[in-house]
Amino acid sequence: MMSINAARVGAVIRKELTEFRRSRFVVATMVVVPLVFLVFPTVAILAQHPAGPSASLDQGVGFFLTYLLVIPVLIPSTIAAYSVVGEREQGTLEPMLTTPVSREEILIGKAAAVLIPSVGIAYLVLGIFLAVLRFGADPLVAAAVWHSPYLLAQVFFIPLLAGWAIWICLAISSKASDIRVAQQLGALASLPPIALTLLLSYQVINSTLILAASLVGALLVIDCAAYLLVSRLFDRERLVSGTKPGSA
Amino acid sequence: MRILGTLIAPTSGSAMVAGFPLTQASAAEIRQRISVMPEAPGLYRRLTVTENLEFFARLYGLAHREARIKESLAAVNLSDRANDSCGSLSKGLRQRVALARTLLSDPAVMFLDEPTTGLDPVAAHEVHGLIAALRDRGVTVFLTTHRLDEAERLCDRVAIMNSSLRTIGRPDELRQALFSRSLAVRTAKPLARPDQVFAGLSAVHGWRAAGPAGGGLAGLSAVQGWRVTDPPGGDAAGGDPAAVGTAGYLLTVTDPAQAAPGVTRALVAAGADVLSITESRHTLEDVYLELINDQEGQS
Repeated sequence: MMSINAARVGAVIRKELTEFRRSRFVVATMVVVPLVFLVFPTVAILAQHPAGPSASLDQGVGFFLTYLLVIPVLIPSTIAAYSVVGEREQGTLEPMLTTPVSREEILIGKAAAVLIPSVGIAYLVLGIFLAVLRFGADPLVAAAVWHSPYLLAQVFFIPLLAGWAIWICLAISSKASDIRVAQQLGALASLPPIALTLLLSYQVINSTLILAASLVGALLVIDCAAYLLVSRLFDRERLVSGTKPGSA
Repeated sequence: MRILGTLIAPTSGSAMVAGFPLTQASAAEIRQRISVMPEAPGLYRRLTVTENLEFFARLYGLAHREARIKESLAAVNLSDRANDSCGSLSKGLRQRVALARTLLSDPAVMFLDEPTTGLDPVAAHEVHGLIAALRDRGVTVFLTTHRLDEAERLCDRVAIMNSSLRTIGRPDELRQALFSRSLAVRTAKPLARPDQVFAGLSAVHGWRAAGPAGGGLAGLSAVQGWRVTDPPGGDAAGGDPAAVGTAGYLLTVTDPAQAAPGVTRALVAAGADVLSITESRHTLEDVYLELINDQEGQS
């Protein structure tokens, strides 16, 4: 069993976060995507004036809250897709791979560096949404949101969806030979959870507690399986030479 | 180099790196003791010089990181650029940062892949100085280069590869294995009876006129202190007026140091005006060309 050195993982996280902070593309993604997905549900829910049955209010609240779940999928998929192939194109991967850092440490560091801001931003957006509701929305609407089961689901789904997007996009990034291809494939790979989220939002699929619990369980399994898959794909020889080990 | 740097698994053969067998099991131990500088510097352009080095210092788990970074930067004369973004540095400076990065962990073996590619002569000279200093400190430096003058200047042992390993050894050993040792003699005027002058010398096995008048020095690309001679009355081949009228002779000898005094005495006794007597040295480029010619001749 490979032991993980926390200091080396920390070094990778620190380096990645510093690079993100200085990348206009990453900063723009982290600002624009949340804004786009915050404005519509906020404006829409502020315009809500409950006059009908409470069931329809609950459905509306569920729609807006589920809509916010697109953020933890879109942000990490854009950034993580760049992560490995970007380093390879810069020529920085090879020097790093000749140091004592293990592939697990690199992967965990890179994934954590994407997860931390993505989840942070998703929770921040949720917080802003709730704060606006608290002070600007109709008290009945605000109460409906605070008591909605979707709110609790947000707490669980945000990190799990972000994890899904990160591992899938890291897998793509490890295999891709071009940054643009990796980002396009990463965007494609983020469609299934976004589609599921939207189906739930528009109540094509009825969200129940059992469904939510099942999705949480499935995402956990998928996240773990995806980590193992990426770990296998992240082979020094493959990354450096572009060929499968032993295929020469 | 990628195989020895544990990036690619060997398909056959065996090797020891820093005292460890080159196997999957010992790869981590090897990586702890080596550092590799690929041909491209491979720096994070959005990070500063110090941030780049700090990242690698953390990966190596170095204690006293700050001091090590300062030492490494001082070694490559980059202390004043420590806070510059790597994206703003010239190629030569980036190459020096990459070299500082390889110095960080004080490795037992350093692998340098074409360290002076793309550098101007001044920057290349500085890098040569750094590598020579490392060698003198006892660090094993494994250098790959297409520049044979660089190998000649820096390397204690040289391996010449052309698809496969052609030869390996110390530069002098390689020269001796392929070329006989010789003395290059230059006189103010052609000798009247060169046969008589050189024939009786025990350390001299043979001689031939050298330069355009007598077959040239085509086989010697770097005869030190030599000017190619011109036929009397002709135009100087190199346009060098000082060479006009002089004559050159190439003497095959056992040991230039032993043969030179006797040759000098014989020339003076024959009334020759001696301009120079030097040991002719074949460069590594001559060795390389000779090996390639041999290979082409065989195929």
